[in-house]
Amino acid sequence: MNLAATIRATPAMACRPWSRHVVSPERWAALAEEAGLALLALWGEAQAVHALWRDAAGMLAVSLPVAEGRYPALSPRRPGAILFERAIADLWGHAATDAVDARPWLDHGRWQVTAPLSPRPPARPGGAEPVDFAAAEGLDQIAIGPLAGGIAEAGQFRLYIHGGVVARAEVRLGYLHKGVEALMRGKSPRAASRFAARLAGEAAVAHGIAFARAAEAACDVAPPPRALALRAVMAEAERIASHLADLAALARAGGVVLAAGPCERHREAMLRAAAQGFGHRLMMDVVVPGGLATDLAPQGGEALRSAVASLAGDLPGLARLCAGLARRLAGVAVTPPDTVSALAPGGPAGRAAGRDGDLRRAPGYRPYHDLNVPPPHETGGDAAARLAVLLAELRDSARMLRTLLAELPGGETVAALPQAAGEGFGWAEGPRGDIWTWLRLEGGQIAGAFLRDPGWLHLPLLAAAAAGSDLADWPVLRASFGLSQSGMDL
Amino acid sequence: MSGPPWRRLVGNLRTRPAVLPAPPLEAEAVRDLAARLAAAGIRRLGRGLSLHALDPGSCGGCELELRALAGVAYDLSRFGLRFVDSPRQADVLLVTGPVTRNLQPALVQAWEAAPDPRFVVAIGDCGIDGGVFKGSYAVAGGVDTTLPVDLVVRGCPPAPEEVLEGLLLLLEANAVR
Repeated sequence: MNLAATIRATPAMACRPWSRHVVSPERWAALAEEAGLALLALWGEAQAVHALWRDAAGMLAVSLPVAEGRYPALSPRRPGAILFERAIADLWGHAATDAVDARPWLDHGRWQVTAPLSPRPPARPGGAEPVDFAAAEGLDQIAIGPLAGGIAEAGQFRLYIHGGVVARAEVRLGYLHKGVEALMRGKSPRAASRFAARLAGEAAVAHGIAFARAAEAACDVAPPPRALALRAVMAEAERIASHLADLAALARAGGVVLAAGPCERHREAMLRAAAQGFGHRLMMDVVVPGGLATDLAPQGGEALRSAVASLAGDLPGLARLCAGLARRLAGVAVTPPDTVSALAPGGPAGRAAGRDGDLRRAPGYRPYHDLNVPPPHETGGDAAARLAVLLAELRDSARMLRTLLAELPGGETVAALPQAAGEGFGWAEGPRGDIWTWLRLEGGQIAGAFLRDPGWLHLPLLAAAAAGSDLADWPVLRASFGLSQSGMDL
Repeated sequence: MSGPPWRRLVGNLRTRPAVLPAPPLEAEAVRDLAARLAAAGIRRLGRGLSLHALDPGSCGGCELELRALAGVAYDLSRFGLRFVDSPRQADVLLVTGPVTRNLQPALVQAWEAAPDPRFVVAIGDCGIDGGVFKGSYAVAGGVDTTLPVDLVVRGCPPAPEEVLEGLLLLLEANAVR
C-alpha cells in the first residue's frame, strides 16, 4: 500500500466530499516523495497548513499542525509548492523549513501589518523592504511592469537575455493582492460569494461556481437541477468569451490580425447575449451558494442560442484563418515535459501538453456527466498546441451550450442554505483551468477560505517555457498562456 | 459582362456610369450646414484623445471590458479615440479597480509620466471608493486616494459603451471650456 492509501485509511476530520487527514510532519514531507501524486494546492490557517493532493485513486486532503511557526517545506521536491509557501509565509507567518525560495511573494512591505491573516497581526516595524530580482552576471536584463502598457493586469516580469534569447524569466506578482480571504471572514457564504466572483474577472462564473459548491458541500445542500444546468450555461458562455478574447490577443501578438476581428465580434455578441439572459455581461453574482440569484430571463435563452449558432457557423472559417497563425506558433514557447509532469498544470496550457486535468471529466460535477467532455488530444506543448486547444474547446463549448439550452430542466433555481458549521471543497473548470475552493463555515459564517486559481501552476510553467525562447516571441508567449494575475494574487 | 478583357474595357467606356444624378440642393440648407460645421466640425476634427489603461488593483473585469472597447466591435478611431501603450503618450489615464497598497507607488509614477494636461478617469465601482474591497489591509481605497480624479464611470464592471459615453462626455466638456 502506498503512503496516500495508508493516509486515506486513517481517521480524518469531517469535510465534504473528501475528509481531511491530519498527518505527522514525517508523512507530510514524505508525500512529496511519492510518485504519481500531484500537488494541487497548499494553504494556511492560524494553526495549520493544508495540502490538496491528487492521484489515480482520487483526491487526498492532508493537514499538518504548525509547530513554533514552522512546517516542513514541500518545495525541494515539488516546484509547484514554491509560490504557495511564499504566500503562506506572507499571509500567516508560517515559515517552511528548507524552502527553496524564502523571499516574500504577496507582501511587498507596504501593508501596515505583517502576517495579516494571523490571529494577531503584528504591526510592521519599519518601512517598505523592496524585494530584488536575482542578480545575473553577463546577462542583459529587461524589466517589464508592474504597469506594463497595453490593457493588462499588473505584474512584473524580468527577462534575463543572452544574445536575443531568454536565458531565464523571473516573475514577481502580488501587486493585485486585495486581501480577499480577510474580507470574506465573518460574512455569510452568500455575501462572500461577491469576492469569489471578483477574484479573477475572466473566471467570475467559474470561481463563483467553485465557491458555491464548497459552501454547498460544507452545508450538505444540493442546488436544484435547473440551477446546475444554468450554471453550466453560464460557465460555457464564459469559456467561449474568454477563449475568443485569448484567441484575439494571440492573433494580434502573432501578427495575424485578420483572425482577431471575428473573435472580438463573436465575443461581444456572446457577452451581450449573457447580459440579456442574466442581467450582467460577465455574469457576476448570478451564481450564489445554494443555486442562482436570478433565473434566466425570458428572452435570454433565444439570445444565447442565436449567439452560439452564429459562432458555430463561423468556427470553420475562423479555424482556416488561424492556420497561418498556427504555422507562426509552431515550436514557440514549448512547455518542457519534465516541468509539465512536475507541476501537473490543468487548463488549456496543460491540455496542450497532453495532461488530462479537465475537472469537468474528473472528478466531474453535474451536469457535465451527460455532456461528453472530450479528453485532450494535443501533446506538443507549444503555442500552436495551445491555439489548437482553444479552437477545439470553442467547438466543444458551443456544442455543450446548445445541448444545455435545448434541455433546460424546469423548477426552482435556489435551495436555502442552513446557518451551519462545516467544511467543504468545491471545484470547477474555469476558462484557464482547474479552480479549487476550500471553505470552513462556523455558525453560518466564513471562518476560513482558500480559492486556488489555475494561475498558481501556470506561472511557473510560463517561466519554464520562456527559458530558451526568442526574446521576439515574448508577446506571443504571454498571449498563448492567457495568464491573468488577479486570481493568484488573492 | 463577359468576353476578353479588352472588350469589357471598351464596353465600360461606351456605357454611362450607373449613378443617379445629384439632387438639387437648396442654397439656404448648404449655408446652414456650413455654419454648423464651422462651429462644431472644425473643432471636432482637431480633437482626439490618447487613452492609456492603468490597473492598480482590478480583478481583471474592467480590463476585459476595456479590451472589448479597444476591439473591432466599438471602432474607437471613428471618435478620435485610441489606446496607447505608454502613459508618456497619453491624454487620458483610465484607471481601473481599487488602488492596492502594493501598486500605489507605480500608479503615481505612471501618472507623473503622463504629460500635462492629463485627465484621470476612474473606471468602475472599485475605482470610486474601493468597491467591495473597501477596508482591506491591502487596499488603499479608490483612485482619488492617490490621484486627482476628473471623471468617474460607474459599474462593476461598466459596459464598454458606458466607458465610451464617459469619454465622449470628456471630449465635449473639454471643447466647451
